[in-house]
Amino acid sequence: MKDRAALWMVLDAEQRLDLDGKTILDATSGNTGVALALVCAVRGHRVELCMPDKLSVERKRIAAAFGATLALTDPLAGSDGAILHARRLSQDPAYAYLDQYANPANPLAHEESTGPELWAQTAGRITHLVAGVGTSGTIVGSSRALRPKGVRIVAVQPDDALHGIEGWKHMPSAIRPPIWDERFADDHRTVGTDAAIAMAKRLAREEGIFSGPSGGGAVAAAVEVAREQDGVVVALLADGGERYLSTPLWE
Amino acid sequence: MGVTVRLPGVLRDAVGGETKIQASGRTLADVFADIERRHPGFRARILDDTGGIRSYVNVYIGDVDARGAGGLATAVPDDSEVMVIPAMAGG
Repeated sequence: MKDRAALWMVLDAEQRLDLDGKTILDATSGNTGVALALVCAVRGHRVELCMPDKLSVERKRIAAAFGATLALTDPLAGSDGAILHARRLSQDPAYAYLDQYANPANPLAHEESTGPELWAQTAGRITHLVAGVGTSGTIVGSSRALRPKGVRIVAVQPDDALHGIEGWKHMPSAIRPPIWDERFADDHRTVGTDAAIAMAKRLAREEGIFSGPSGGGAVAAAVEVAREQDGVVVALLADGGERYLSTPLWE
Repeated sequence: MGVTVRLPGVLRDAVGGETKIQASGRTLADVFADIERRHPGFRARILDDTGGIRSYVNVYIGDVDARGAGGLATAVPDDSEVMVIPAMAGG
């Protein structure tokens, strides 16, 4: 999932900017960071990622394995602290700041790939799309592709400012991504961290799907939607369980 | 003598608007109990129904992750810094 946004943003930057000698920069809680590190490795760009310190190690190590430089920010300031740090660094012309929270290429990736693929893979039977809101690129882009075809878009957020659904934003307490617009979703729901984790565990044990808390959260909301309404309900799982092996999630 | 407890902005409302408070206690459980006495409801934000640290909350005593060092029974030396870090993020 995140590889698409990363690829679109990097290809767009190659078109718009002179990247010669520059370092691509972004703030990320992890999964988009891994994707950016992968894409930049393949495209031959240096990349620096701002992410909060003292979060689970997997994403940091994977991003570093792809050659990314990490700028670890105050863990107490969370992902917003990483965003503010990236904004400060971006004043230096040595950086090309992608800003996934404001970059139109992020939702465009989902408008051009995720949305049409879901339509094709369900042979046009999809009636609801359920996804969590992080940068909101997935919801906004997929909505542009699928809403005109009559698909209802369900956007899900954590139910509390203090949550453990990595990758999702609790909008009332976070820096609002400039690309986010509530009007792209027909239905706004919240999921608690405990329910998200419980569903991630069920997915592993009953379906053989090894997801993270955000995948569990999306499916928990999708199950709720499917109980209320008839149709073909699609939930997007943007995270793998392997990235949480160092956390208490699977203990 | 006591310890400094640093909290994320999202827990500010639970302790009267501060993100850095002083507390006392020999163990992490004592420190949280001390804060709870002054700010009822604080523990419920970071501890689960069984009384353990919520799976998505990390607590550091200095650079030591308390979860791997004894959980709530971990000793908290005088003058140390305790950090309560939610595992939340976005993007």
